[in-house]
Amino acid sequence: MQRLLDSYENISIDEAIIMCRDLVEDPDFPTVKRWRDAGGKVVGHFQVYFPEEIVDAAGLLPFKVRGAPIEPRQGESHFGSYLCSILKTSLEIALGGQVVLDMFVSHPICDSARNLAAVWGRNFDYPCEILYLPQNPNSIHAATYLRGEYARLAREVEKIAGREITTDQLRASIEVFNKNRALLRELYAIKRDTPWLLAVDEAYVLVAVGGMIQREEHNELLSWALPKIRERSATPQDRMRLVFSGGFCEQPPLDLLHTIAQFSYVVDDDLMVGMRYILDDISVGDDPLANLASAYLNQSSYSPVQHDMNKPKERMLLEQIKAANAGAAIIAGAKMCEPGLDEQVAYTKALDDEGIRYFVTEFEERMGNFDSLEIQLQTFIENILFA
Amino acid sequence: MSLTTSNTPQGAAATKDNSSIIGRGNKEGNQLFRDWYQELTTAPSRGEHSAYVFVMGSLAEILQSFGIHTIFPEVNGLQTAVRHVADDYIAQGEDYGYSTDVCAYVKADVGLQLRGGDHPMGKIPKPSLAVYTNACNTYLKWAEIWERMYNMPSVTIDVPGSRADGRHTWSGHVDFENDLKYVRGQLDELITVCETVTGKKFDIDKLRETMHYTNVMMERYERLIELNKARPAPYSAVTDGTVYLGVANSLRGRAEGAKYFTDLVEEMEYKVANGLGTTFEEKYRLIFVGVPCYPIFRRFNEMFTEWGGAFVGSSYMWFASGGANTGFQFDLARPLDSLAEGLLVTTRDAMDTMFFSNRNIVDAIEPFGIDGVVYHPIKSCRTVSTGLADNRRAVIEETGAATLFVESDHMDKRVVSEAQLKNRVDAFFEGLATRRVRQGAGESK
Repeated sequence: MQRLLDSYENISIDEAIIMCRDLVEDPDFPTVKRWRDAGGKVVGHFQVYFPEEIVDAAGLLPFKVRGAPIEPRQGESHFGSYLCSILKTSLEIALGGQVVLDMFVSHPICDSARNLAAVWGRNFDYPCEILYLPQNPNSIHAATYLRGEYARLAREVEKIAGREITTDQLRASIEVFNKNRALLRELYAIKRDTPWLLAVDEAYVLVAVGGMIQREEHNELLSWALPKIRERSATPQDRMRLVFSGGFCEQPPLDLLHTIAQFSYVVDDDLMVGMRYILDDISVGDDPLANLASAYLNQSSYSPVQHDMNKPKERMLLEQIKAANAGAAIIAGAKMCEPGLDEQVAYTKALDDEGIRYFVTEFEERMGNFDSLEIQLQTFIENILFA
Repeated sequence: MSLTTSNTPQGAAATKDNSSIIGRGNKEGNQLFRDWYQELTTAPSRGEHSAYVFVMGSLAEILQSFGIHTIFPEVNGLQTAVRHVADDYIAQGEDYGYSTDVCAYVKADVGLQLRGGDHPMGKIPKPSLAVYTNACNTYLKWAEIWERMYNMPSVTIDVPGSRADGRHTWSGHVDFENDLKYVRGQLDELITVCETVTGKKFDIDKLRETMHYTNVMMERYERLIELNKARPAPYSAVTDGTVYLGVANSLRGRAEGAKYFTDLVEEMEYKVANGLGTTFEEKYRLIFVGVPCYPIFRRFNEMFTEWGGAFVGSSYMWFASGGANTGFQFDLARPLDSLAEGLLVTTRDAMDTMFFSNRNIVDAIEPFGIDGVVYHPIKSCRTVSTGLADNRRAVIEETGAATLFVESDHMDKRVVSEAQLKNRVDAFFEGLATRRVRQGAGESK
């Protein structure tokens, strides 16, 4: 494992969270630079879910492309007007040279994301492709298909790595990611059960930093951080418990999350849900690629970009709210995000039917003024608390 | 589709001999289209089933073999825009909760459903089932709306597209076979649903029959596109092309559709043989990339024809035909396997035309004698529009072609600024004229 983070063992948990925040907000992605400077290769993969184990097993760094809080000066000129920000800023960090990749992969999560692979491919010489995750997970043929699609991806990754991915290497990577998923579940359990110990923006940066370092190192960070979070001295306050929905792809600005955290406890969310998409351990036995495929179909969370008849999204949201013992929801949507904005309608109607209060808002990764949101949110919460 | 275009051709006056041929395509297309809407309107009274489907991968062959009508919400939407009533439907969709920033087709359809199917062309029946591919991701989100409204069977046919520009695999390649097996399996699952919905057993001979009609249609459709290489071009790939697309989708897999395209090709071959163009003097030959501006459909076209700009090619005629432009021919000796292969290849082609179309455009410039490329991305459709600005950069870099990039919408009048469009179009033609003068001067030297 190559150490990409600065030393954090001798600093406080608060300082470590600030370090993660700085890394997550740094548009130069220094950890990725360090990896490359040491001769490593990088596979960038766009939101939401990507089987990072395959890239990790090849000895490459899987880098989660999730945009950046920057002005997309070059990126803007490659796109039209009515598009989400994450597309433009993601391309910007590549065009500007902040992040140098050896391969880029996008997915058919939405029409913009699918186009992104084509746009990227016209501007860079390295392989840029679409990983066709199945959009018919209810077909009995989906698992076999996805196993084949992962095998195809593995062959492409092997070309970049210049070596074969062995079954044992893949098993080892799955085990590393299983551990990571377990640690992230623990992190979310803290947020759910003792939200006064971990604010939504703090949890977010601890998760997001994992998308820019090797997951083994992320495991070390989380293993160090979780006990320290539990030891924090904060005491519970009389705050509304909320679920935040709408962060599955474009990420809201950290200051927006911080604003929400000032008035409420966000006890569950879908921020960076791709990193937590597989809900349980993936089996390492027999055929690891088949196990990865099966996990995506049968052991996974939900998001507006996966069409699964077994997981109606509004039902999943209601279950999420119930499981988190939340009293209300923030139904956010990234500007110009077709799947997210479409889903808002179903979510709000389901919440109306169940009598659960909600707050609807839109965001953009580059927004900078949260005064209005703060007042609206305060009013929303006061309306509930003092109704 | 009732989009009137003049039948008097450029280059010759209509004579007694040709009057029965020239203009037949538009006239009969409009009539067939009206009849089709009437057929849909009366289907429930005959106890017939209807499926909501989309233009890219409609699966008309299987559905028609069960006697299930195919209803195209995209076509319903554009009809409201052409008839200048889309705003009311869109507003109803927005009142229901949909953002101003989501596809206006979707919102107009929500409005239509909330009105019980009342539409300017007839009464749209409720669906017995919905069938949709992933060629456009909004298809999936759209179908979810119907699932919630009607609780009817909803069938995804997931068709993997090209993984990268120009990276096509074919029969025998491990990746193609993996995709094909997946698509083939989903067809079996669709057939099971159709049997349940209709109570009828699947009849493979009926499928062969519908596939035969599609074969004829696709063969003629490919020829139709080829014929517009002629000077002058015999039809407009935007206005006339939209009529043809209407028939290609609504009557796919049917004898009337096959006959229509046979007659249409005959008309166009006649026009080409006699040097007949459209209704104006063709000065500039253009490719249209994107989706037409239906709220001001006629006026949008006039902005170009007034300058002698003829749309001889259109990416819309490629992708909105579901890849019929490939001329793919099903092997009727092995119908289901071949249908799966055809669906995979044609839908992939339609997707390529949206995501990787710079290659198609560059390849068309010389054979079609293109003077300029008109990009018309629309707010509603990220599928078609996301990559167009970058596509344009690539085409300019490779060919130096003159291009125009204008944004508006195919449904939502609020995003259509006629004056601004005209300004840009005028400047584009002034640039084309200057180019031509310079080229002429260069040649004379």
